[in-house]
Amino acid sequence: MINGLAALGRSTLKQLAGLGRAFMILIQAVLRPWGPGASPRLLWPEIYSAGVLSLVIVAVSGLFIGMVLALQGYSILVDFGSEQSLGQLVSLTLLRELGPVVTALLFAGRAGSAMTAEIGLMKTTEQLASLSMLGVDPVQRVVAPRFWAGVISMPLLAIVFSAMGIWGGHLVGVDWLGVDAGAFWGNMQASVDFRIDVVNGLIKAFVFGIFVTWIAVYQGMDLIPTAEGISRATTRTVVYGSLAVLALDFFLTAMMFGDY
Amino acid sequence: MSTRALEVAVGGFVATGLALLAWLAISVSGLDFSPSQDEYKVSARFSNIAGLKPRAKVTSAGVTVGRVDSIRLDPQDGQAIVTLAIRGEFDQFPLDTSASILTAGLLGEKYIGLRMGADFDYLIEGDEIEDTQSSLVLEDLIGRFLLNSQGD
Repeated sequence: MINGLAALGRSTLKQLAGLGRAFMILIQAVLRPWGPGASPRLLWPEIYSAGVLSLVIVAVSGLFIGMVLALQGYSILVDFGSEQSLGQLVSLTLLRELGPVVTALLFAGRAGSAMTAEIGLMKTTEQLASLSMLGVDPVQRVVAPRFWAGVISMPLLAIVFSAMGIWGGHLVGVDWLGVDAGAFWGNMQASVDFRIDVVNGLIKAFVFGIFVTWIAVYQGMDLIPTAEGISRATTRTVVYGSLAVLALDFFLTAMMFGDY
Repeated sequence: MSTRALEVAVGGFVATGLALLAWLAISVSGLDFSPSQDEYKVSARFSNIAGLKPRAKVTSAGVTVGRVDSIRLDPQDGQAIVTLAIRGEFDQFPLDTSASILTAGLLGEKYIGLRMGADFDYLIEGDEIEDTQSSLVLEDLIGRFLLNSQGD
């Protein structure tokens, strides 16, 4: 009985301590992103590895998702004789939902896991401890540039994803299935609102970027410094990151589009 | 990888993202950067607007001339007051212009159609369109049809 209570208390305390460490990292990365030995120039290599290197996978996925949306949407819309609305369907689906969400899932798998593994190996080989010895804050030197690179890259990647998807939808809908190009773009422009659809999609991508990179850097900083610890933390980054994205997406959508 | 190549790659990435955002804004959402202040508002009363929504189009002879700005209910006489924002370039609607709520296709979106009158004075900001025709409600039509067919 008492042992059971103690076990419950221990695990609660452990979770809370982990949450506290995660928030400490976030607050430090946001409020004091640079200092001695950690200049803003460290951001460029991180944007390169998180953003530029994710560009190809995001663009190709976006293209194929857009093409499949157009194909599926067409086969349903044509039953109602309203295949003219294909542009509206493809663009709204991509801008509001699939753009930010699928990009964030890809980002968690492609860039988040790499961040965790990199920071984890630094910790395992005691590079982070060496940095502290030299008077350089590991959060400023290692975590903050990666965090900000992720936060900056995610919205840009989501834009690329949506744009490629709409282009893919045009490719299939207009060039292959023969929807009228004027109706495709005209209906799209009439129904897509810049503030409601494009900006809200960007806000989603921004929030997902914060959470996915936060989870990734925290898992890297907090792992058990062994080979097994790195592998576990990398898995957790992808799993927790994806779950966080999907759950947050519901709440963000309810706040943005739920006022009916 | 040299610093130079890295900077070029990152710069290219950011520029691509921003360029595509501009493309999304202009050709996907049809964002108009010209100031939208250039429009005037007129109101119209309808006894039933069933299904008309804010931002629906306002057309004249099929040409889009503006958008529905807001819809309110007048608590006094129970009519709907629809405010139409008409673009400034279309400033030659006679005072006796009529407004009707139409449907795009059989089950499509509701929009407002304006039909020009013959008055020599034009509608200006704050005017009210007197001659209106409400939305066609399918249930009413069916009800009337049933009533009529009972008499036979």
